[in-house]
Amino acid sequence: MTDHHSDIDSVSGKSTTGHEWDGIKELNTPLPRWWVISFYLTIIWSIGYWIVYPAWPLISSNTTGMFGYSSRADVAVELANLEKIRGDKMAALGVASLADIEKDPALLALARAKGKTVFGDNCAPCHGSGAAGAKGYPNLNDDDWLWGGTLDQIMQTIQFGARSGHAKTHEGQMLAFGKDGVLKADEIVTVANYVRSLSGLSTRNGFDAAKGEKIFAENCVACHGDGGKGNLEMGAPNLTDKIWLYGSDEAALIETISQGRAGVMPAWEGRLDPATIKAMAVYVHSLGGGK
Amino acid sequence: MNKTVNPKDLTLDDDNGPLYAAHKKVYPQSVSGTFRRIKWSLMAICLGVYYFLPFVRWNRGLGAPSQAVLIDLPNGRFYFFFIELWPQEVYYFTGLLIVAAVALFLMNSVGGRIWCGYLCPQTVWTDLFYAVERLVEGDRRERMKKDKSSDPLKLERISEIVLKHSIWLMIAWWTGGAWVLYFNDAPTLVKELVTFQGPMIAYVWIGILTATTYLLAGYMREQVCTYMCPWPRIQAALTDEWALNVTYRYDRGEKRTSVKKAAELRALGEQVGDCVDCYQCVAVCPTGIDIRNGPQMECIQCGLCIDACDNVMTKIGRPKRLIGYDNDINIHRRQEGKAPIYRIVRPRTIVYSAIIAAIGGFMVYTLATRRLLDVNVLHDRNPVAVKLSDGSIRNAYTVRLLNKSGYDRAIAIDVEGPANPTMHVVGVDSVTPDRPIIVIPRDSTSELRLLVTAPAENNPEKSIPVRFHVMDIGLGVAASAVDNFVAP
Repeated sequence: MTDHHSDIDSVSGKSTTGHEWDGIKELNTPLPRWWVISFYLTIIWSIGYWIVYPAWPLISSNTTGMFGYSSRADVAVELANLEKIRGDKMAALGVASLADIEKDPALLALARAKGKTVFGDNCAPCHGSGAAGAKGYPNLNDDDWLWGGTLDQIMQTIQFGARSGHAKTHEGQMLAFGKDGVLKADEIVTVANYVRSLSGLSTRNGFDAAKGEKIFAENCVACHGDGGKGNLEMGAPNLTDKIWLYGSDEAALIETISQGRAGVMPAWEGRLDPATIKAMAVYVHSLGGGK
Repeated sequence: MNKTVNPKDLTLDDDNGPLYAAHKKVYPQSVSGTFRRIKWSLMAICLGVYYFLPFVRWNRGLGAPSQAVLIDLPNGRFYFFFIELWPQEVYYFTGLLIVAAVALFLMNSVGGRIWCGYLCPQTVWTDLFYAVERLVEGDRRERMKKDKSSDPLKLERISEIVLKHSIWLMIAWWTGGAWVLYFNDAPTLVKELVTFQGPMIAYVWIGILTATTYLLAGYMREQVCTYMCPWPRIQAALTDEWALNVTYRYDRGEKRTSVKKAAELRALGEQVGDCVDCYQCVAVCPTGIDIRNGPQMECIQCGLCIDACDNVMTKIGRPKRLIGYDNDINIHRRQEGKAPIYRIVRPRTIVYSAIIAAIGGFMVYTLATRRLLDVNVLHDRNPVAVKLSDGSIRNAYTVRLLNKSGYDRAIAIDVEGPANPTMHVVGVDSVTPDRPIIVIPRDSTSELRLLVTAPAENNPEKSIPVRFHVMDIGLGVAASAVDNFVAP
């Protein structure tokens, strides 16, 4: 190697690298020292990084580093913390009575937030994300309740469901008066019109109200009560109000009376923990229809 | 293109030379005079305000921070003496920034870059660091000599260097320390910091600002102004020929000569310049330029060369202000034998002042009349309306009440829209069912679920506007919000 420092370029007065092409010599302009030092420092840093952190893949695993760091462990710790934070609050929810939860703004906010999330995951498929219901699936925002609209009644319905097969579930169903041959076709039409008249809806020409009342008293009052006011014990809807789960037109009523109705709601006890069910009961109650 | 240049003809000063100019260290000499005194005073005020403001107390009542100026990030509050701002009021800061920018334009159109020379943090801290350097290592000549000396370091020199950097680092550390005090209760945080109980983020910020202060004021200095700061470039577009910049009056100064020769020539009745080429203006310049070359981008308009030149002019018995805040217009007028004119009030400064007054006035007005009680309403989207068993229609709203005052408020809610509505706030058993009353704690918001029901006989046929009135039943302060009442 030539001692290029002695090879000074006559024009610039700088030393050259000693490399020469066609008489042109390359000036020796090294990288700034701070740059070179930084570069070496990054290399040293990377070696330190390999030692401290997991770095090299091995055949069936990888190097674990000095402190056994893993980002998954970090996530696990954070999740555990989250559970701890929520645990305290959810425990408070589990202890408080339903009425107390509604009176305490902090607990109410927590119950509504928790209830809304759980409702979206579990109830929305039938009742809709806004709990507005659909044909056959009750609207939980209104004040008409098949099985009762107090906090305790709502919670009971969530826990055990309706016709769910659970030992404590709500039972009782609308019989299929036409299919089972209890009523004849013309009787069904008459009683359907009578039911419409209960809530002030129009009736078909030539409708015999007295006959309708008689059929209703013989067949329907057992569940729907005198005057069709409904019965929460049986889940028999009030037929005198403006809310109709399966529709209020004559055809829908004839179908209901002929085929019967027995909507099923699953029991959530066992699937959801008690505090969550409480939160959901408070959430549903707070939608506006709660009694 | 084809012109051949003999490489031997090229020099480093040539345009064909290297583009990179190596930094030449500046050794400003100490100077005394009017502008130096102004600079010392402004430095004392600026640093005093910066370092001690967090310790100023302001009583806001129990439970509220007692620090006069506090940026409370976790709770989203900004406190400035009697003003408390919420995050959604960030437009006050926008207004403040506009006023600050236009004030900068105004300063610039009156006196050039006086912001740079007197008030910019870079100038203030650099000035402070120079003062420390001068105190420890001596004035310009001594510092230059010490830096150039190739003698092996003696204990005295080493102790000087250590002392200087220690003081610099202490100032820098205190700068970072004061910064974090604006974000937390200052006395508490100081106690925590010295007992190493402070939050990690506070130490990190102190570290960052210690490093930036030490580097920018100790090493980068005038390079920040010349190479890093955009203001020297921007200000060129905002100045005009009437702005009073630090100017060498070449009409008076040229031709330069010595004191002795000038006296001889004057005796002969000849025209001689007052500049005696003493280079004092260059020696004191913190950016290392020669102001006699005319206005330059590096010049920060600090006026120290004016002080230096005035001192020399006094000594040699010539009039002061050979260098002064002046402009080319007046130089030309003097050359033509006319009296100089100073037009501080001119369309540009009037417009800038008017903008400042307009925005400032608007901000003061909005601040003075801003609502301390407010209400936001969001209609339920799903379902938008609910039919109840008696045929009445119910709409549900999420109502957020904001109480920005320092005391709790009892709020009554009225609704105007559907006829004879009934209201219910979920979770609140109201003694007045048609007019729910809610208590909102001081300095907080409350979110309520409000159900409004229109009786069956008054069912609106379509969507109608509905207005929510909220009123502080004790003080009568009111606010309202508009939404819709939707029929299914």
